[in-house]
Amino acid sequence: MKSLKSYAILYLIFLYAPIFLLPLFAFNSSTVIAFPLTSFTTEWFTTLLTLTEMHGALLNSLKIALTSAVLATILGIFAAMAATRYTFPGQRGIMGFIMLPLVLPEIIVAVSLLIVILRMGFNTGAWSVIAGHTLICTPFAIAILQSAFASLDPSLEEAAYDLGETPASTFRLVTLPLVMPGIISALLISFTISMDEFIIAFFLTGAEPTLPVYLFSMMRFPKLLPAVMALGTILVVLSILLIVIAEFFRRRGAKRAGLKDTGGFL
Amino acid sequence: MTFGDKMRRFFRSEQGVGMMLVSPTALYALLLLAVPLVAIFVISFWTQTGVRDFDTTFTLANYKEALTDPLYRQLMLRSLMVSGLVTLITVVLAFPIAYFVSFGVKPEHKSLWIFLITIPFWTSYLIRVFLWKVILGYNGVLNSGLLAVGAIDEPLSFILYNVNAVIITLAHAYAPFAILPIFVALEKIDRSLLEASRDLGESRTMTFLRVTLPLAAPGVVAAVLIVFIPTIGDYVTPRLVGGPGGLMIANMIQTQFLRLNNAPLGATLAVLAMLIVAVIAIVFMLLGNKAAGGNTGGRRK
Amino acid sequence: MTIKKKPSGPALITLQKVEKHYGDYHALRDINLEIGQGEFFSLLGPSGCGKTTLLRTIAGFEDYDSGYVMISSKDMRGVPANKRPTNMVFQSYAIFPHLTVLQNVAFGLRKSAMSKAEKTKAAEDALEMVGLKGYGHRAAHALSGGQRQRVALARALVLKPKVLLLDEPLSALDRKMREQMQVELIKLQREVGITFILVTHDQEEALVMSDRIAVMFEGEIVQCDDPEVLYRKPKSKRVADFIGVMNFLPATVREEGGKYIASVAGLGETEITGEQCPAGVPLGEATVGFRPETLTLLYEGQTATHREAPATIEEVVYYGDMTYYDVKFEGVDKPVRISMRNIFGRDVLDVGAPARVSWSPGALVVFGAGE
Repeated sequence: MKSLKSYAILYLIFLYAPIFLLPLFAFNSSTVIAFPLTSFTTEWFTTLLTLTEMHGALLNSLKIALTSAVLATILGIFAAMAATRYTFPGQRGIMGFIMLPLVLPEIIVAVSLLIVILRMGFNTGAWSVIAGHTLICTPFAIAILQSAFASLDPSLEEAAYDLGETPASTFRLVTLPLVMPGIISALLISFTISMDEFIIAFFLTGAEPTLPVYLFSMMRFPKLLPAVMALGTILVVLSILLIVIAEFFRRRGAKRAGLKDTGGFL
Repeated sequence: MTFGDKMRRFFRSEQGVGMMLVSPTALYALLLLAVPLVAIFVISFWTQTGVRDFDTTFTLANYKEALTDPLYRQLMLRSLMVSGLVTLITVVLAFPIAYFVSFGVKPEHKSLWIFLITIPFWTSYLIRVFLWKVILGYNGVLNSGLLAVGAIDEPLSFILYNVNAVIITLAHAYAPFAILPIFVALEKIDRSLLEASRDLGESRTMTFLRVTLPLAAPGVVAAVLIVFIPTIGDYVTPRLVGGPGGLMIANMIQTQFLRLNNAPLGATLAVLAMLIVAVIAIVFMLLGNKAAGGNTGGRRK
Repeated sequence: MTIKKKPSGPALITLQKVEKHYGDYHALRDINLEIGQGEFFSLLGPSGCGKTTLLRTIAGFEDYDSGYVMISSKDMRGVPANKRPTNMVFQSYAIFPHLTVLQNVAFGLRKSAMSKAEKTKAAEDALEMVGLKGYGHRAAHALSGGQRQRVALARALVLKPKVLLLDEPLSALDRKMREQMQVELIKLQREVGITFILVTHDQEEALVMSDRIAVMFEGEIVQCDDPEVLYRKPKSKRVADFIGVMNFLPATVREEGGKYIASVAGLGETEITGEQCPAGVPLGEATVGFRPETLTLLYEGQTATHREAPATIEEVVYYGDMTYYDVKFEGVDKPVRISMRNIFGRDVLDVGAPARVSWSPGALVVFGAGE
């Protein structure tokens, strides 16, 4: 186990190494991304403030991520409730199909949506990115919400009903507070996925790029590379922050339901 | 009972409520996933005539071209080879980690380890791939670092803009995917089974081989599929770090759709890629099932 | 022993010809019951016999195909669970994990006309009644199993229901705790005077706690009586076997001059009365049943009060306060179990020793051979 532990620690370092390079070069004054480091600067972050096109992309991304997260979570709640509480004909097939985007290469989702949208005579835009992101975020939301609903003892709802509440007030007073951590966790995860997603946005974004699509175009210009590192630093820090908060809520949900934590979202 | 009565009864039954609840999500997946997938399939038998115009007469010309043109064949084979290698590397490297977290970590620290392993997965894929380009470049972080400490005299050139770079980058990106399913399978193993094996006279190594490994097989099968299927269609990594010799089938699909404006051929390549993946996945699942002594299906507990 | 007095007065709950199917599965068959005001009533049966379904039908959680469920002479068809004068203690207790103990107990008072202070007072009183005074501000998930059970009781009783329904409430507790809670539940029920309907698969628990017990097999109530009648005069071999231990020996019954004579394997001939045949006198082939405690092993110098039969001791199982002997009567292959209280100064007998068994014809219960 000792040697396994050293291996595991090395592995973690390998996993995190690229991410740790981001701030290193984001605050390095050299325009070339290479060792040795020269001196500390915040210049590249200031550069970001001047890229007005990027601000538009950021706003666009936020709008898309927020909408997709809400839609995916709502769709996720329906499916997770159906899958954990009820049995219905073709359950395995239907749920399997809904979860399919989890393994399907994103390029397939992207081109197939693109072809249908163009064929039907619509133009792509923020709406089509939202449609695609909702599709790929829903399975993640379902995975999280399913465990939230599964850990909810059905007799809690029956008890509330037995004590005089209506189905609606039972949902409000018992179900919702108990699965709320799961819902928040699903929202945050979906938001993060949509915010970071590149391929579907690349195919379906139309005239207004999302932040990753804009970032991709920045990567072609060597002059902008330090700014890419700066923006990357911000995005990665934001993602990690959101994920830590999501994990916090997920664990709180598990604790509330009196469960022993087994770890991990999936 | 009239038909109306039957319907009313159904929608008040458990099955009916379940169907009603799942229907918005199922409908969404139907409209935005099933319909487009069918559309891709249909279009692969058409011919592009204008920017948005198609000749909709049925033809197998696209399939003929896709299967005979050496360029497409080479791209397809390379994609298969890359994702096969990436799968092998990630799963082999991941198994000891999953084993360590499941058997070597105190229960209260397990979720922290798993969380630490999965965090990088939630950060932007594009940025992570881009970082590998920066790391592996001719004047990149690795070369400049090695030069600075005097480990090499001139920059290594075999590590960027080729298949090696694609494999390294993908193996890094998909690492957590391989760890999680194996970890879950290992966690499900009843610890008393291992004690029973020791009690019956087996060594630690033989216990691992005769008990742990067969019971972990479903997790390994899941890990293989969950890495293999998405990597074969990866676009970003070959595009950023692959160079001309490292491109894969997804890059060609994108080129056909967005650059060459030949959607039917792009659709054909997509359909072929999905078919190949599906066949390999099914064959592998059947083999895995057999290897695991058929215990993949009927899960304990 | 005196039989607990059956509460008199009109029935609080009446079930008539209640039938229920789940698809092809016949879950409840022709259920007819009358349960009185203030009665402690148990539904007893093996798992899957329909007892929980019946309880949930009374609570309003399950629909039924046909028949009537009436509470206080009001038909309950179409009345949902939240509008019924019943409250339930769930098997899992269903304590809301996001609320404190006091909030849990006061949950059902939300819509009542009481002021906030009155609600708190009512909830605190209920907690005191179940022995959890001062626990109000604890988090619900920090409670032990026994405490959860008490909170569930307080939460249901604070609403002063006409009927309290308890679904296997003690099955999650360990043996000591379970026995303690049995006594507490009986006391509590006497104190509040509310009708309790208990579902259990534990025959001992049902015997200890109930005024009356309905035994269910396969969706059907096969016998409904007070505990002593149920124990002494089970209507079928199956009920006899389910409640306590019953020995069975083959016999033949004939009528002779207006009297019934049973010829029992190993015991010989004896006269029996119609009262000993709960399902009618089975002339011809029959089975005779008797409880282990109705037999006594005779020590040297002792004489039988009624009848005596020779036997051999096959097995001795020592329990501390009791010893169980498996003995074989002459000419009978199947051993018969005898339970003896261990008395100071009296030795436990040895395996293989010949023995004399004292038995009394009045303790026999006679069933048909096939039942």
